[in-house]
Amino acid sequence: MKNKYSIFSLIKNAFSYHENWEKAWKDPEPKKEYDVVIIGGGGHGLATAYYLAKKHNMKNIAVVEKGWIGGGNTGRNTTIIRSNYLWDASAGLYDHALKIWEGLSQELNYNVMFSQRGVMNLAHNLQDVRDLKRRTHANRLNGIDAVYLNTEEVKKFCPIINTSPDIRYPVLGGTLQKRAGTARHDAVAWGYARGADEMGVDIIQNCEVKGIKRNGDAVEGIETTKGFIKTNKIGVVAAGHSSVIANMAGLRLPLESKPLQALVSEPVKPIIDTVVMSNAVHAYVSQSDKGELVIGAGTDDYVSYSQKGSHDIVEGTLNAILELYPIFSRMRMLRQWGGIVDICPDASPIISKTSIKGLYFNCGWGTGGFKATPGSGDLFAHTIANDEPHKLNAAFNLNRFVSGDLVDEHGAAAVAH
Amino acid sequence: MFLINCPFCGEREQSEFKAGGEAHIVRPKQPTELSDDQWAEYLFMRKNIKGIQFERWNHIHGCRKWFNMVRDTSNDEIKAVYKMGEKPPVK
Repeated sequence: MKNKYSIFSLIKNAFSYHENWEKAWKDPEPKKEYDVVIIGGGGHGLATAYYLAKKHNMKNIAVVEKGWIGGGNTGRNTTIIRSNYLWDASAGLYDHALKIWEGLSQELNYNVMFSQRGVMNLAHNLQDVRDLKRRTHANRLNGIDAVYLNTEEVKKFCPIINTSPDIRYPVLGGTLQKRAGTARHDAVAWGYARGADEMGVDIIQNCEVKGIKRNGDAVEGIETTKGFIKTNKIGVVAAGHSSVIANMAGLRLPLESKPLQALVSEPVKPIIDTVVMSNAVHAYVSQSDKGELVIGAGTDDYVSYSQKGSHDIVEGTLNAILELYPIFSRMRMLRQWGGIVDICPDASPIISKTSIKGLYFNCGWGTGGFKATPGSGDLFAHTIANDEPHKLNAAFNLNRFVSGDLVDEHGAAAVAH
Repeated sequence: MFLINCPFCGEREQSEFKAGGEAHIVRPKQPTELSDDQWAEYLFMRKNIKGIQFERWNHIHGCRKWFNMVRDTSNDEIKAVYKMGEKPPVK
């Protein structure tokens, strides 16, 4: 049993100059065999292992990660959490995640700094206005909080936005989800890692998967840089590298991996206390607890695994930010980085069994996977443990690309994809 | 950001171009004969290779012509550029 984090443990450890905190997770070498191996130690993979151990009573679980946990897209996203998706299937999926977020710090005994500061989506043209109103109604029918704001209400909620009718793409209105917000992305990975480790999950870092061994239609194990690991169930949660793993197993996926960039400014005093997203001009911004503006740019349109993006994408985003927030005109940007996101043709994820027995994929989250981390882990764990999808992820199967039953959120959600 | 040597215009900035995805996907000769699985394969399934990939590009802010490219997707290094209908110059 791990020591509980609390005000008392903080005081106790202060007496020993915080030098005696126990490790949040072990760093074991892989065993020869596991009941389940999760490939990918990001938030989604660690959450999957956590819920497999916690809700499905599985004991012999490993998470293999080629780098360090949370060092991929978990540590590269802009930490926005919301559930205001248009379609019923998406609304169910993302609101399931949002409900878990609301109690996650308590459940994990780890402060994930979940902050329900609201997410506002702006409309810049007549079609945006119609789409966002439609989405507000759809959200309400699905029990998701949503309000439509006119231009004055947008200005009132976030006074630094330039709502002048004279700008190139004037703000005609927007939607607000008050339960939405942000969380500390690293803490989510660390919290799930600590929780999973406590229940006996082996988290194996610096262990890259080199091959998947198949026996006919079933999986037998994985070849890694730390040797062969035998297992009958493999859950792949490899984000941008999902296709690379799928190729090892001889499976085809409908994914394209593209660079997505983000950047942060120098830290400043609190200036924006919500998250504002604008799809039409592709600009979204929030402010971290450290005071940095966190800005998300768009994806490049070519396949790349280089974790770099094109400069013109950042330039386009910053042009839009400056038009909408003239107050930021003298801000200096501190850091810029890219992550590789795996995008499905319908911009919805895949949480699914495959044609290969014992091989499961959780991928295709594209540009918006962070918000779903707890729900994704919970539903993927259910799918792996029962060899059947949960009703909330049934629509997100791989077969939808054959049946044509797509969950088309690309244009529908009016969000940045 | 990288430079692309358009086979019609010469070297230009990548931002002048639009990526058109995987190259050499042949449109089914007899669409009416295709099963749902074959349609899914043609429409959606992609190699998405980490390494040498063959792809289509369009010089959309230039000559607006399509052409093919061989590129290493792990570091964005362009290996070759060739016109539509031509055989790839590298394997």
